This record gives sequence, C-alpha cells and structure tokens, in this order.
Amino acid sequence: MKSNAHSLKRREPEEKLKGLTFQDLLFKLEEYWARRDCVLQQPYDIEVGAGTMHPETFLRVLGPNPYRVVYAQPSRRPADGRYGENPNRLYKHTQLQVILKPSPSDIQDLYLDSLAAVGINLKEHDIRFEEDNWESPTLGAWGIGWQVLLDGLEITQFTYFQQCGGIDLDPISVELTYGLDRIAAYLQGVDNVFDVCWTKTMKYGQVRLAEERQFSAYSFDYADKKTTEHLFELCEKEAKRLLALYQETPPAARQRFPLLAAYDFCLKCSHYFNILDARGAISVTERAGMIHRVRDIACRTADLWLQQQNPAKAAIARSAS
Amino acid sequence: MNGRGDLLFEIGCEEIPAGMIAKAAQELKAILARQLSASGLVDEPTVEESIETFGAPRRLVAIAKNVRLRQEDVRREVTGPPKAIAYDNLGEPTRAAMSFAEKQGIPLSKLSVVNTPKGEYLAAKHVIPGKPAAEILAKDLPEAIHEISWPRSMYWTTADSPRFIRPIRWIVALLDSKVVPFTFAGVRSGNRTDAHRFLGKRAVPVTGPRDYESKLKKNFVLCRPAVRRKKIEAELNSLPARKSLRAHADTALLDLVGYLNEYPTAILGNFDPAFLSLPEEILITVMRGHQKYFAVENRSGDLAPHFIAVINLPRDPKGLVRAGHERVLRARFADAQFFWETDQKHRLGEYLPRLAAVTYERRLGSYAEKVERMRVLARWLAEQWFSGGVARADVAGSDRAAELAKCDLVTEMVREFPELQGVVGGLYARAQGEPEEIAWAVYDHYKPLGLDDPLPRNLTGCAVALADKLDSLVACFAVGAIPSGSSDPFALRRAALGIVKIILEKDLPLSLSAAISAASRSLKEHAPRIQASPEIEKQVLEFLLERARYILRERRGFAYDEINAAFAAGADDVGDAVERVSALKAIRNTKNFAPLAASFKRIRNILEKSAGKEGKAQGALQVRRELLREVPELQLHTAAQRIAEEASRLKKEKKYRVALEKISELRPAVDHFFDKVLVMSEDEELRRNRIALLGSLLKEFSTIADFSELGAEESR
Repeated sequence: MKSNAHSLKRREPEEKLKGLTFQDLLFKLEEYWARRDCVLQQPYDIEVGAGTMHPETFLRVLGPNPYRVVYAQPSRRPADGRYGENPNRLYKHTQLQVILKPSPSDIQDLYLDSLAAVGINLKEHDIRFEEDNWESPTLGAWGIGWQVLLDGLEITQFTYFQQCGGIDLDPISVELTYGLDRIAAYLQGVDNVFDVCWTKTMKYGQVRLAEERQFSAYSFDYADKKTTEHLFELCEKEAKRLLALYQETPPAARQRFPLLAAYDFCLKCSHYFNILDARGAISVTERAGMIHRVRDIACRTADLWLQQQNPAKAAIARSAS
Repeated sequence: MNGRGDLLFEIGCEEIPAGMIAKAAQELKAILARQLSASGLVDEPTVEESIETFGAPRRLVAIAKNVRLRQEDVRREVTGPPKAIAYDNLGEPTRAAMSFAEKQGIPLSKLSVVNTPKGEYLAAKHVIPGKPAAEILAKDLPEAIHEISWPRSMYWTTADSPRFIRPIRWIVALLDSKVVPFTFAGVRSGNRTDAHRFLGKRAVPVTGPRDYESKLKKNFVLCRPAVRRKKIEAELNSLPARKSLRAHADTALLDLVGYLNEYPTAILGNFDPAFLSLPEEILITVMRGHQKYFAVENRSGDLAPHFIAVINLPRDPKGLVRAGHERVLRARFADAQFFWETDQKHRLGEYLPRLAAVTYERRLGSYAEKVERMRVLARWLAEQWFSGGVARADVAGSDRAAELAKCDLVTEMVREFPELQGVVGGLYARAQGEPEEIAWAVYDHYKPLGLDDPLPRNLTGCAVALADKLDSLVACFAVGAIPSGSSDPFALRRAALGIVKIILEKDLPLSLSAAISAASRSLKEHAPRIQASPEIEKQVLEFLLERARYILRERRGFAYDEINAAFAAGADDVGDAVERVSALKAIRNTKNFAPLAASFKRIRNILEKSAGKEGKAQGALQVRRELLREVPELQLHTAAQRIAEEASRLKKEKKYRVALEKISELRPAVDHFFDKVLVMSEDEELRRNRIALLGSLLKEFSTIADFSELGAEESR
C-alpha cells in the first residue's frame, strides 16, 4: 500500500521535478548544438538501430564537404526489448546524435559544455572518458573514441569516425551519441526509465509503455520467421537491383538516380535482420553471413554515392572559375 | 659554451586508453635515450639515468636532466701532401699545396704542418661547431612522437596529418626554461600545460621539471603513477577498515584505476544486501569488469554489501557521485538477477539442443557436435584412469559433466558476461542439484588458462578439461587451423599447455599418443566425421611435447640437454619422463657419470661413422663372445651384462636415480676398453664384433635417457 501511495503522489503535477523533463532535455541539447552551427534535423522515418544509420550521418561523413548536424533518433534494438518490464532496457531508446565535420580541436570542451547546459555541475560529478572503439559491422563503419561515464553511468558514445561504408574518411568527423533516456533518468534521480517525467504531467511510461510491450512481443514471440526472411530478401533484392541499375545509367542521368532509395532498402534489411536475431531464428554462422550481406549493400551504396556527388562538385568548381 | 640544462617534454592528449600508458611511457624513454645519445646532448653512459618518463590519462611526460645546451664542437685534422712536396726549395707553395688548400676550403695561410711518423706533412684543421640543443630537439622531439607505437592509432583532422593514439591538444617542450619550438599535427610546442579538466586551471605556465609536478598538483593532477597508486592504496586500506571490512585484493584493477584518473580518490558505496543472494563470482564480475569497482569483504572473507569506486575528484562532499555509482550498480545487479532467474527457468541440460546453432569452427561443426566428441573422450579418460588404478575416476560423472559443460554458452548470463563461461554453467548446475563433483567439473573445465592458473579442482573436472582441449587440438590440426607465429585463434598453445600441466601436476597416468588417438577416433566417428591422419597425430604429439619441454625448462629449471636426453628415451608418459629428467639432473655431475656420458657420445660418433662406411645398422649385429679376444673387451662385456640386468630391474621399479648410479659403475670398464682396445681393428671380424659390443651398450643403457644428448648444443 505504501509504495502505491508513493507512486500516486509522484504523479502530482505540482510536485517539484528534479532535473529537466525528457523533452526539455531534448530541447536544450538541440538548441545547444543548433547554436553551434548545426543543422537541426528530424529523426529518420525508417526503422534504424542507431542514429549513425540516418543518412545525415552515414552519407554526410563521406567526402570532403564540411557539415554539422543534430537530431534525435529513436533507435530500435529488438533484442534489447524487455516487454517494458526492465527498468533500463528498451526495445526503442532515444539517441541524440551530433555530427561535426571536420572535428573541431575543442570538441571535448564543447561536449562537456553541453552537459553543463542541461544542468550537470561538472565539478561535482565524476566524468570520464573511457576507451571504447565503436564499430558497426553492418555499415562497414568504425571509429576510435570513448564511452563517456557520468558517475559510472554511460551517457555518451564519443567517436572519431575513421571509416564508413568501407571508405576511409577524410576529413574526420566526430560523432556524439547521447543516450537521452538514461540521462533524463539520471538527472531526475529515478531508477526506472518508465518513471521519467516526459513532461511535467506525463511519465515516460504513459507515453511509451504500450509500444515497448507490443514490439517486444512482436520481436520475441510473434514475428514470423519465414515472412521476415522473405522481407529481408525482398529489400535486399530491390537494393541490389537499384545499385546494378546505377552502373548502367549514363553519367548525364545519374544525378537524379535514386541511390537514396537503395540506402533505405539497406536500412530495412538491417531492421529485419535484427528481428530475426531477436527471434532467435538465425544461427551464429547464418548471422555472420547476413551481416555481410547488409554490409555489402551499405558499402556499395557509399561508394556510388561518392561517385554521384563528385560531378556536382566538379560542376560547382567549373562555374566558380 | 658548456652549459647544461633540464628538458621537460609533455605530450598533452585527449584521454589515452588506461592500459596503454605505462608501455608508451617506457617506449618514449627508449626513443629519447637513443636520440639524446646519438646527438651527443647527453653522454651515452649516463643517458639511462638522466631520463625518466611517466604518464597519466591526458599526458605522456619525459624529463631529461643535464642535457647539453649545445653540442660539443668536433675537431678534425686532414693531412695532405708531405711538406717536401708542398713547398719548393725557395719555401714557396707548390701546385700540390694549393690544390690541397682549395679542396679543404681553407686559405693557404691557415694550413699547418704536422709531425707524423712518416715525416712532416701539410694539414688542414677543421672545427665543426656543435649545434644548439634547441635546434636538434626541435627536429628530434616531433620524431619521437611519431615513433611511439600503438595498438590502434587514429586520424583526427585529415588523412594527411600524423596519427596518434588520441588527438594531441598541447605540447610542452622546455629546455633550460626556454621553449623548444616545433609544430606537430598543427599543435605548437610551448610552456603551458593543461591541468584537471574541471578543477584545475587551463593553460598553466611551467618553467621546467622543477615546478612542473608541483604546479600540476596544485591544479589537481598527480602526474606520477606511483603517487596516484599510493594514494589509492592508502584509501583502499583506510576506508573499509572503519567498518572492519577490507577491499578485495586486486592488483590488476589497482593498476587500471591508477591510469584512469589524474586525481584518484576512493569512495565507499553501498548496495542492497538482498543482492548478496547472487553468487559471489557474478557480483564481483559486475563490480570489477563493468564498473571497475573493488569488491569489499568482511573479516571471514565473505562479500559485504559495499563497493569502492575510484573517482577523478578529490572528494564527494554531497555524496552525489556515490549516489550515482550506487544507482548504476543497482541497475547492473538487477540485470544480473534477471538473467540468473530467467536462465534457470530451464534446467542447464535443456540448453543442449541450442548448441547446434552455435558454430565452433566452420569445418568442425557446432558446439553440440563438439560436446558429443568431448563426452566420448571424457569417458575414455576416466576409464583409463580407473583401470590404471585411480579408483575415484568416475566414468558416468565425466560423461555427464562433459554433456553440461558448454550449455551455458547460450544463456543470457554468459551472453552478458562472456568471461564467466564455465563458471555460470557450474553455478547453475549446483543450484539445480547436480552432484557437487559434476558442478565443479563444469565450473572448472576451461582451466588452466595459463601457466599460473589453478587446475580443475577435481578429477572429473580434469577429465572434461582434457577432453575439451584434446578435441580442440586434434580437430583444429586436422583441418589445418594450426598456430603459426602470433596467430593462434583457437588458443591451441594454451590448450596444449593446459593438457601437460594437468597431467603433470595431478600425476595422472596417461599415454599422450593413446589420448591423441582416442581424440582422433572420436573425431572420425562423430559429425562432421573428420579424419586426422597419422601424420597429424604425430604433429599434435610433437606440439604437446614442445609445451612439456617448455614447462620443464621455464618452471622446473631443467636444462635443455637433460630434457632432450630423457625425452629421447620416450616421453609418451610425460610424468614418467619427468622422473627420468629429475634422476638425470641429480646424477649428471657425479664423478663417474659425467665421463661415462662423454664416452657414450664417443660411442655414438663411432657407430654413426661406421654405419656410414659399412652401410649397415649395427642393431642387427650380435656380439659374439668367442671373438672378444682382449681382456678389457671381455671385462666390458661381462660388466655390461651384469649391470644391465640390475639396471633394468631398477627401471621397472621406477628407481631411476639408483638405476643411473648403477649404470655409472660401468665407467672404469668403458674407460679401460677405450684405453687398451682399438675398435677399428684391421681384422674385419674383430672390428664388427667390437662395434656390435658398443652398439649393445648404447641400446641397453639408453632406455632411461640417451646420455649422448647431454652437453649437446641447444638446437632450437
């Protein structure tokens, strides 16, 4: 009874909230980076496992052009789902993704200032950068960096991208990936992410619990193996068809060729693969094979994308002279 | 210009991975020592002691004392033509003198005459002025940064800039308080260092080694690892002592946290005692592996509901940091608890079918198939021991333990904590009521992980551990996955070392070749039915013996030739071979034995030579007593027969030491024989008979060890 009364009391809107609401945290960070010359983008509208898969990261880090962008990206990790019953693990968590290309020399300070901007007193907390080199085998991407720990809690993945889509990067981009859900829980001092205040009156659980339950159930219990495999293959086929077609397209007609659509199908493959993995439907050997198939599409897309962008650069250079 | 000064060199970085700092500092020292002695800025004999290097997360530091501020001038004299040729009889310079002066770039008037043993010669004296140290260091120091090697370096601006372990953000380079000017990766060297990220000042000016350490300390950086470590150790001791607790000893973790923090402070945190119902192994792994916390135990050695975190701050007055760490640990423990409960909704054995989906090696099939092979082997091993007189060998138990050994690979707990493989299976087995012997066998079967790692604690565990490792060795060798150089992806060297270590230390009777054949049979009879040829089996045996030699050399202090001598007489039963090596070591330097061993070497040479000549194996020759004409050869034959009989009886009783002493008694007879008898007699019949006599000696007396190997050069 006691605990019930407690939780009821916490739903009172007038109760003083410790730390920022979930959405204020998002606003503050977006504003912070927007003021530092980042394009404020929107989440990608296809299922992705991480903010890195958004074309605003995957394609923008390729090639020579400077770019800065910030966006939130709800990220689906079917195997991490816990039917909304685990206080920390989510089928879908929210990343805040920042790309700075090229990487500025004061990037660590900029990042730490963003923490101060959301109310973390840097002198009172144990903040450290611990070695953690990030790698995404499905994207042919890897980088060197750290996980940033706040009093022992991983709050950000901080990476100097070295390779993406199998291509060596130059200049180097820095990628900051904030785990918004756990930062919000930390700031508000709650142990269970579903107790996080999304707004002053709505809890994270009220907003998202149904989604967690149903998609966990789908990934673990309901997804049909045959259908999902079929969907994977369909998307793979369409992506490959497009990539092959590009090669046959005369250079003059290539500017409007939908490589972006090919990349979308690559992302879908990755998502269906994740569902199959969560469903326990693939053996370790098959697993490596499927990762390889997705990476193959990602790398070919990256390669062609660079080719496609190059004539444009050449054209600009021509008109400038 | 003979002044000297101190050099301070600091490479300021974004956080360097903790495990790499000490090694990089060491390497930096070697590089600078080489540079400074090559340039003559430090005298070579003192270079080692004049340089010290150390590191912290954001810096690699080098201090060099008594560096010359300028290289010494080098004087060089070049002799030219003899004076008699350089000047004519009027004392005027000749063509020869003028062309010498021109070549040396020195006016005629500056040339001098030197006395040499050959007479007076014209000479040019050159002085090559030393360069200022700053100029040399400005070239050498950036080179030094380049030269430090890292496991995985990176770019951070563009791909045409240098690589390093993490981005370099500042460089301090001061010689005698003055900046040594250079630029590396776009960073200009200067006199300003960066202190603690949040508590210290930025861009703190320093003048050199004298104030560097103290200024950093004032700004919350303890730049010396020894100082950081001492602080942590003191706090690890004092913190829990207040509650009559103590920190779990963990040197590796102590080293690690010393390099994770620039101003380390230990804080004591608590967790809900309810979590103590989880096994200690799991709690410690969560605290240590994931969070880098020290576990805390009470006086009786049981875990207490506390932990010690080392933070990068001098204090935590409001307890904010402690509360944060407690919260994270709570979530981690809750996860572990969830895995512990979820995994045990099924019995351990019920995970077995799922191993069919886990590949061991592409050509060698799944773990389910490996388990089948392990079961057969574990049973076979237990049977061998049982029939060899080890009454507690349990055939059915070994089979069962092998069946369960790999099941934990598909549990959530091992997926989360891969380092707990085996341990988790053992814990589940015990919690689910498997017999203690079997649960420990599962728990221990990856052991030993190295030369100093303990063995499985019971015999069933040894059976499973051996079965697992033997199967890995034979199966991988059969498909060509043989270790070469530094590549050993299936850790076969470790497996082989483990096999030998278990057999030796547990003193288990086992024929290596029989065990290899058993593994080979089970590989052939079970999916994916792979055949290991006799050649492969031989390779595996040699691989195992190589590890045995290694252990005997490195850990038991036997000499190379002793091991070779004993192994030459057979090493299939490794334990027995070790007893023979010991006997040999004990006796090899005694009065009679050493000369006898030398004689055996002589015998072998004679036999090899004569075999070459006559093209015939002496083994086939029989000694014909009637042809032993000389007394010494007759005496030798008689002594050999008597001693051989006794030695053979002692060998059967495994009294190797006594047997070798007995054999030593042969010495006078052998010596006498070589003194008085000519082996290579003109008479062919006599010669062949004498060779037969020597051949029989070598054969009879080499069954404990081949003495002729003693004193041989190390060949590998």
